[in-house]
Amino acid sequence: MNQDLKTHINDALKKGIRLDGRKKEEFRKIEIQTGVVATAEGSARVKCGDTEVIAGIKLDIGEPYLDSPEDGVMIVGSEMLPLSNPEFEGGPPRIDAIEVARVIDRGIREGKAIDTKNLCIKKGELVWMILIDVLPINHDGNLIDLGGIAALAALKDAKMVEVKDNKPVFGKKTKQSLPILSMPVPVTVVKIGDNLIVDPTDAEEKVLDARLTVSVLEDGTLCALQKAGNASLSVKDINEMIDLALKKSQEIRKKLEEALAK
Amino acid sequence: MMSSKYNKRANNRGFEESRPIEARAGVIKKADGSAMFRIGKTTAYAAVYGPRELHPKHLQDPKTGVLRCNYNMLPFSAEERVRPGPSRRSKEISMVTEKALLPVVNLEDYPNAVVDVFIELTETDAGSRCAGICAASMALADAGITMKDMVSSVSVGVIDHQIVVDLDGEEEHITDMDVADIPLAMVPSTEEITLLQMDGKVGKEELLKALEVAKPVLKRIAELQRKALKEKYKG
Repeated sequence: MNQDLKTHINDALKKGIRLDGRKKEEFRKIEIQTGVVATAEGSARVKCGDTEVIAGIKLDIGEPYLDSPEDGVMIVGSEMLPLSNPEFEGGPPRIDAIEVARVIDRGIREGKAIDTKNLCIKKGELVWMILIDVLPINHDGNLIDLGGIAALAALKDAKMVEVKDNKPVFGKKTKQSLPILSMPVPVTVVKIGDNLIVDPTDAEEKVLDARLTVSVLEDGTLCALQKAGNASLSVKDINEMIDLALKKSQEIRKKLEEALAK
Repeated sequence: MMSSKYNKRANNRGFEESRPIEARAGVIKKADGSAMFRIGKTTAYAAVYGPRELHPKHLQDPKTGVLRCNYNMLPFSAEERVRPGPSRRSKEISMVTEKALLPVVNLEDYPNAVVDVFIELTETDAGSRCAGICAASMALADAGITMKDMVSSVSVGVIDHQIVVDLDGEEEHITDMDVADIPLAMVPSTEEITLLQMDGKVGKEELLKALEVAKPVLKRIAELQRKALKEKYKG
């Protein structure tokens, strides 16, 4: 069945169209909304076409890692919820969800989005932990980008909580925001046949040959890459994919800034 | 090229020079194919079992075989003890290793079968996924799996705008300069890239330059892999 789907998608792409009528370099309409979960310290919902993702931030106080005694801890988690797509089953996260979490994590970490030094309470003993969970409510593709955008919006939305006896007092939010230094926007470019597209749907992801996720900082610096898919890429492909990602990252950054200004 | 604060490497190593490499094929007799690949203080062993029947049966594909890679670090292979069993990191590396090798393996020759590749790191000092891919590629060839070419892999770094081949652990952990680590794998005959990841900050032009710098190094690694395979079958 995937072979027929692939032929169909590929034939359409040769004519420059996609199954949902979009152009190759066109994102679906993105809606970003923050503060959507009252119990979370920060949260955001991103809708893009039929894909809907919620990112939630929970804080905690714990021990730092041995090799970074003065840095707060950040952990990104993701699960492919069975409610979001008929093909997902319950159980511990599988490789698809692990990859989503790790690539989003890589962008935020390597882009130095969080000032982790600012989250140290007592060197080597107590630091703030920022626990980011990115979950699809409806999965119709492009979870890395949309989850990554949701995570950034949620980080910006988050407020620190009060502390008593070195324990966080949940529900008592302060006015203090998290120390966010930058916004590394992830953009995934997908290669199907000879065509490069962005913001793939679930169907397009099923038939892709290769994809490259590029996390981009404000000034166009790249801070994370992840190639996936069964096919290899030439240096020319990589060059074009990064150019497209750079272009699209500006568009998304604008949308994100607009949503956060509200 | 911008001038860089990183102007000297440990042990007088050149910027485009890898650490010493040792490669051997057929090191695990029980396996259908095997190899050891060492680069500096990072040592990977790989064993191939198969093609063998894939179970459970519903996973079988009558049109093609399946490649299954498993990357694992032994408990004593890093500074802190590595807890046995799969982690999120090891699962992701297993997946990208599989994708790095797939483009050269003719799996259509093995319908309904699985080719299992087990990669174990006995000691690590950065570059472990790349060493694992080099060992796995040799082990596949040693097992007689039909392949279009070898896959060679190395990590290339950018430390404060200086391109540096094959980062070691110390370089990877530099904190007072920007360090980007870019694990790469390439099919030497076509120069197609089969593994590309990156963490750390780098501009687009520098990234493309780093890819160019890695090419001759990857071709040299391919020669060493081939030489080790020939060595095994010599007389």
